[in-house]
Amino acid sequence: MDKLISEYEDKLPRKVIDDIRANLPKGINQAKLKKIMDKALGEYENAKVNAGESVGIIAAESIGEPGTQMTLNTFHFAGVAEMNVTLGLPRIIEILDGRKEIKTPIMQIRLKAPYSKGKDIKEFALSIKETKLSEITTEFSISLADSEIEVKLDKEKMKSLNLTNTNVVNSISKQLKGFTIKDNKELIILKSRAKEEALNEVYKAKEKIKDIHIRGVKGISQVLPVKRDDEFIIMTSGSNLSEVLQIDGVDSHRTTTNNIFEIQEVLGVEAARQAIIEEVFNVIENQGLNVDVRHIMLVADTMCVLGMIKGITRYGVVSEKSSVLARASFETPIKHIINAALVGENDTLNSVVENVMLNQPVPIGTGVPKLVTKKK
Amino acid sequence: MPEEKKSKTEKKAKEEKAAEIKEEIVAEAADIKEPADEKEVAEGEAKAVQMAEKEAEDTVGKEAVETADTGAEETAGKEGQTAEAERDKTEVIEPEESHVFKRVKSIVFSVLSPKMIKDMASAKIVTPELYDKEGYPVDGGLMDIRLGVIDPGLRCKTCGSKLKECIGHFGYIELARPIIHIKFVNIILNFLKSTCRECSRILIPKNKISKYKEVLDEVEKEKGIEGRRQKIKEIIASLKTINKCPHCKARQKKITMDKPTTFFEDEKRISPIEIWTRLEKISDDDILLFGLVVDYVRPEWMVFTFLPIPPVTMRPSITLESGERSEDDLTHKLGDIVRINQRLFENINAGAPEIIVEDLWDLLQYHVTTFFDNEVAQLPPARHRSGQPLKTLTERIKSKEGRIRHNLAGKRTNFCARTVISPDPMLELNEVGVPDLIAMKLTVPERITEWNMEYLKKFVEKGPKKYPGANYITRPDGKKKKITEETKEASLEEIQPGYTVERHLMDGDLAVFNRQPSLHRMSMMCHRVRVLPGKTLRLNPAVCHPYNADFDGDEMNLHIPQTEEARAEAEILMEVQTQLISLRYGLSIIGCVQDAISGNYLLTKNMILDRDKAIDLLAAIGIDDFSKLPRKEKIDGKELFSTLIPEDFNFTGKTREEEEVTIKNGKLVEGYMDRSNLGEGSGLLLRNIHQKYGKEFTINLLGKIFRLGVEVLLRNGFTCAVSDTDLPENARMKIQETLSNAAKEVDNMIGMYYDKKLEHLPGHTLSETLELKILETLNKARNETGNIVADFADKNSHTMIMAQSGARGNLLNLAQMAACVGQQAMRGKRIKKGFEARTLSNFKKDELTPGAGGFISNGFKTGLTPTEFFFGAMTGRDSLMDTALRTPKSGYLYRRLANAMQDLKVEYDETVRDSSGRIIQFEYGEDGMDVSKSEKGIINVKRIIKSIT
Repeated sequence: MDKLISEYEDKLPRKVIDDIRANLPKGINQAKLKKIMDKALGEYENAKVNAGESVGIIAAESIGEPGTQMTLNTFHFAGVAEMNVTLGLPRIIEILDGRKEIKTPIMQIRLKAPYSKGKDIKEFALSIKETKLSEITTEFSISLADSEIEVKLDKEKMKSLNLTNTNVVNSISKQLKGFTIKDNKELIILKSRAKEEALNEVYKAKEKIKDIHIRGVKGISQVLPVKRDDEFIIMTSGSNLSEVLQIDGVDSHRTTTNNIFEIQEVLGVEAARQAIIEEVFNVIENQGLNVDVRHIMLVADTMCVLGMIKGITRYGVVSEKSSVLARASFETPIKHIINAALVGENDTLNSVVENVMLNQPVPIGTGVPKLVTKKK
Repeated sequence: MPEEKKSKTEKKAKEEKAAEIKEEIVAEAADIKEPADEKEVAEGEAKAVQMAEKEAEDTVGKEAVETADTGAEETAGKEGQTAEAERDKTEVIEPEESHVFKRVKSIVFSVLSPKMIKDMASAKIVTPELYDKEGYPVDGGLMDIRLGVIDPGLRCKTCGSKLKECIGHFGYIELARPIIHIKFVNIILNFLKSTCRECSRILIPKNKISKYKEVLDEVEKEKGIEGRRQKIKEIIASLKTINKCPHCKARQKKITMDKPTTFFEDEKRISPIEIWTRLEKISDDDILLFGLVVDYVRPEWMVFTFLPIPPVTMRPSITLESGERSEDDLTHKLGDIVRINQRLFENINAGAPEIIVEDLWDLLQYHVTTFFDNEVAQLPPARHRSGQPLKTLTERIKSKEGRIRHNLAGKRTNFCARTVISPDPMLELNEVGVPDLIAMKLTVPERITEWNMEYLKKFVEKGPKKYPGANYITRPDGKKKKITEETKEASLEEIQPGYTVERHLMDGDLAVFNRQPSLHRMSMMCHRVRVLPGKTLRLNPAVCHPYNADFDGDEMNLHIPQTEEARAEAEILMEVQTQLISLRYGLSIIGCVQDAISGNYLLTKNMILDRDKAIDLLAAIGIDDFSKLPRKEKIDGKELFSTLIPEDFNFTGKTREEEEVTIKNGKLVEGYMDRSNLGEGSGLLLRNIHQKYGKEFTINLLGKIFRLGVEVLLRNGFTCAVSDTDLPENARMKIQETLSNAAKEVDNMIGMYYDKKLEHLPGHTLSETLELKILETLNKARNETGNIVADFADKNSHTMIMAQSGARGNLLNLAQMAACVGQQAMRGKRIKKGFEARTLSNFKKDELTPGAGGFISNGFKTGLTPTEFFFGAMTGRDSLMDTALRTPKSGYLYRRLANAMQDLKVEYDETVRDSSGRIIQFEYGEDGMDVSKSEKGIINVKRIIKSIT
C-alpha cells in the first residue's frame, strides 16, 4: 500500500499525501486506494495556477482588502496578565515596512526539561531579565567635597535577585572606566581617578551608572512565566535572540522573537522569511480575517529575494524594480527620471504600469500569449 | 540625439521592417504622450524611442527624433486626437481597418544636449510678447504658431495640420549666459569637488583608475545598478578631501555650494561660465567613474546654454467669458525667462557694469530654476498676481494629481454611467438592472452585415428617442453621424454592410459594474443588462458582499465594453459566476444574505406546506417542473428545498449550532439551512456544488435558493417587534439580581483596594489590578444577563430567528436591547478621560464605581441614563475616529503592496518571476495551487476518500 502511495510522491505535494495517509480508513484495498490517489491527483492538476496568472496583484489585493477591516491600535491582553503587543494594522505595516526598530519586541522562550515542567521557573525567568543598577539602589548621591558618587543599595531587592555586593562592584568596574570603587556594605562609593575632575563629569557619570547592566540579558525588560498547554514558557518584553539562545536550559529550537531583523541576523533570511509569514498570518488570523498563506508567502518572498529583508517601501522593494516608469509611478518620480537620464537607462516596458501609461496591452494574464495575424 | 544613437535606431528599424509588419506612425505619436513634460524637467531627458519604422532610412532617424520631441500634456485629450487622426488616415485607405498595432518597444532616458535642443526645435523664441494687436500669435513669441496651434482655424506652420491634429513642436531660446539646471546641482557639485580645477581630470591617480572601474563592474554584477550607484557615491565621497591633483599636481581649493545654485571655491564665487568650462574639459573616461554614460549625458549639458521651449499644446491658454485670454502658468514663467534673457543680452551688448549684469543673471537663474521646480527649498516660489504659487514642470508631474499618477497610470472612459443602487432579488445574480433612461444614452456598436441588416435597421428606424433605438451610425471611413428625428430617414437609406450602428443598450448586453473603493478584483464584475423602469441601477442583494455595497445611498458605476475583444474578456474573465470563489481564501464569496437565510432556515427547520402552496412557491422562484416534489398532500420544507438540489449530490456539514447537516442523493435528510451553509465565506456546501457542477449551475442554484428564501418570508410575514425583547418578570428580576451582585462585588473590591488588602497580579500595579478585576467582574455580569436573556426570550420570535439563522444580529445585540448594554471600553480599558480625576462632573473625584467607569446597566429598551448615554457616545465617537484614521493608512499599505508586486506572474515553467525575470518563487505557494481553485486552500482529501469508499 505504501508503495502505491509513494508512486505519487513526485506528482502530489507532500501535504496532500500526508493528508491521505492520515485519513485513510483501515484495511482499504488496492483498487480503491488507487482510485483515491488518482482522484486527488486529478483535482490537484485542476487546481494548479495558470501560466501568466498575475499572482502578485492577487496577493496584494488579498492582503490590502482585509486591511481596511482591521482595527487600529489593538493592544491585546489575553488572560489575566500578559504584555502589550502591537497587533492589527500597525503591526502589519511594521512588518511589511521592514522596520528595524519595532514597537513592542516580544520573545517566547521555550525551555528544556526540568524548567519546562515548571521547576524553578520564576528564578529562571528572573535570571534572564535585565537588571540595571538603578533597579537595586535606593539612592544615588554625590558628595561635593570629594567628588564622589555614593550608591546606596537596596538590600531586600538584591536578596530576592540573589545578588551580592561583589557582583555589583564587579559589573560596575567592568563597565565604568576611570573610577575607583570602594565597597562598604551599605554603600558603594565611586571616586574618579582623574585628578581635578570637574563636578560636571561626576554628574554625567552618575547618570551613566544608573544604566549599568548588572545581570540578565540585555534588552529584556520584563519577563513573565506562562503556562501554555502543558508546558511552562517565558514571555518577555524586549528581545535579544542571540544571547537568549545561548543560555543553558533554553530550548533553542523553539524559542522565537517577533523581531524579524534579529531573526535574520541570528538565523538567516530563510528563517526571517518564515518569521514574516508566521507573524503576518497570526495578526490577520487574530483579527478574525481569512487570508490564504500563499499570498503572505509571496509577499514574504518578494521581501527576501535579495538575500536580505527589504521593506515594501520606496527605498526597499520598489527601488529594485527594473523599469524606470514603474518606479516613477510610485513615489518621487522626478528623482527616478533624473537618475535614469544620467545613465541612459532603457525601459524595456515589460511590466504593467509602463504599458498602461502607453496604452498598450500588459504582459500579464491574457496579455502574455501573443497572436500575430499576417495581413495578406 | 547623438549620431550613433540615431544609426542604432535606424538599424533596429530596418530589422523590424524585415520582420514584416507594416505599421502606422499615428499610433506611435500617441504613445509618447508623457515624455514632453519630464523631458523638460531633467533638462529634457529625450526619450529616444526605439521603434519600428518603414521606408527610407533618413526618415527613420527623423521620425525617431520627432516622436521624442512631441508630446502633449493631456492624455485624455491626446487619445481623442489620435483616434481622430487615425480615422482620417484610414479614410484614404478605405474601408479596410488596420489590425496590426504599433507598439513601443522601449524608452531610453537621456539628457538633452544643446545640439539636440537646437535640432529638435522648430522656432527660436526671441520676444516675450505673445499676441499682436489683432490677437494673432507673434512670430518668435512664445505662442508662435510654429510651436503648434491651440486656436481653431489656424494651421501649424511646422506641420501644416489643424488644431488637435498637430501635437505641437519644441522651440528654443539662446541664453545670454549659461544657467545651471536645478535638478542637477548635486551632480555638478560632485564633479567640481572631485575633478582638478586646472586639468579637469578626476582626482584618482592614473594607475588606479582602471582598478576602480573593475571594482565597479564587479559590484554591479553582484548588487545591480543600485549597488553600483552606492559604490560610486563612496568613491566620490573619498575624493572630496584630496587637495593635490595626482595628474598635474595643482593644489585644489575647497568647493562649497550655497543652495540652491551658487558655487564657491574658497569663498570666491564660481560663475556658471567657469563651471561650464570645467565640466566641458572632463574626459569621457573620467565621466564613467561618476556613473554617467557618455552616450546619453555630458556633464556640461547640465548647464544650459540653450533652453528648450515646450510646445504650446502643452500649455494652452484659455479664453475667459469676457473674451480675455488667460495664459498657462508655464507660459507666464517662460515669458519671464525670455524677458529677462533679452534684457541681459541688451545690457551685455551695451557694456553695462558688471554688477547689473550679474543681478540680471541671478534673476534669470531664479526664473529658470522656478520654471523647472517651484518648490525649491531655499527660493521663494514664483507667484501669480493673486499670490497663488505657479504650477511649473515638477509640480505638473509629481504626486497624486500629477501627470504620472493622474493621467498616465489612471485613465478615463466614455460609455459609462453612475447612479444610486437599489436591491432587486428577482434579478439573477449576474444581472444588473439599468434604468431605461440610461439604456438610451449608452450604446453598443454593432457592425452591419448582410445578415443582420434588417435587424439593425429597426433600431435606426426608431431613432434616438424611442427605446430600442440607435444614436449614431458610423460610416466605414470612420465618420460618425448622429441620428435625429430629422436625419432618421436619410440614415436608414444610407446604411449598408460595413457601417456600424450604435444601438441602445438591451437586455443581455454585457456591462462592467463597479463600486469604489475597488479593493479587489470582485469590485469590478461583468453583469448582463436588464433594462428596467425606474432611475436606479439594480442588483441582486447576494452580490453586495463582493462589492461591499449596501443601499443607504451607495452609488455604482457601469461601463459598456465597446469592442468584441473587450466583451469577450469581460464575459470570460469577469462575469459574476467566474468570481464565485474568493481568491483570498478559496471559499464562496457570494452567498445568501439576510432574508434569504432566515427564509430558508424557517423553511427547512420545521415548515410543512400544503401541496398547492409548495407548487406556488416553486413557480414563484422560476421552477416549472414539479415532478421532483414528493406526491403527498403535505410537503415538508426540507423536501421542498431538496427539489433544488441535483439528485447525485452528497454532502455533510454542520449548522451554526454544530448540528449535523446531511444531504443524501440530493435530499436534505437531516439538519437545516443557515448561514454556515448558505452564507458567504463560510461552509463548503456552495463550494462543493461549484466543484461538482460548475459555475453556471451554482449561480443559477444560488439565485433560486435566494428567491426561495425571500418568497417563503413573503408568504409568511417576517418582522421585528419591540415585544421580541420582552422578558418575563422573573427573568427581569434575575437580571437585576445579577447586576446588583456584580455591583456589590465591585464595591467590595474597591473597599479592599482602599484597605490595601487586594492581592496584586504579577506585572501590574495595585490600581491596574483593580481595574482589571472590575472589568472582568462586569463583563462576567453582562455575559450572565446575556445568558438569561437567551434562556427566557421567546425562541420563536422573529428577532431570535434572525439571530439563530445568522441572517442578522446576534444574541449579544438582543441582550443589549433587552437587558444590559454593558461596559463601554476604550482601548480595552474602562473610560478614564474627561474631567480632572473623574469622567463626568456627575461623579465624585476618583470614583471607581461601575457607573463612573462607563458601565451601562440599562438595556436599550428601558433607556439609558444621561451619563450612560454619554459614555455610549464616547465609544461611538472613538470607533468613528478609528475608522477615519485607518482608511488612509491601509490604503497606503495597499498601494505600496500593489506597486511592489504588480509585475509578478506565473511563468510557463511554473516559477513566479518579476518583470526582469528574477525568480521570486520556484513554485507558487510551494505547491503551485491556485487558491481560487482550491477548497479553502487545500485539496479536500477527506471528501475524496469519502466519495470513493
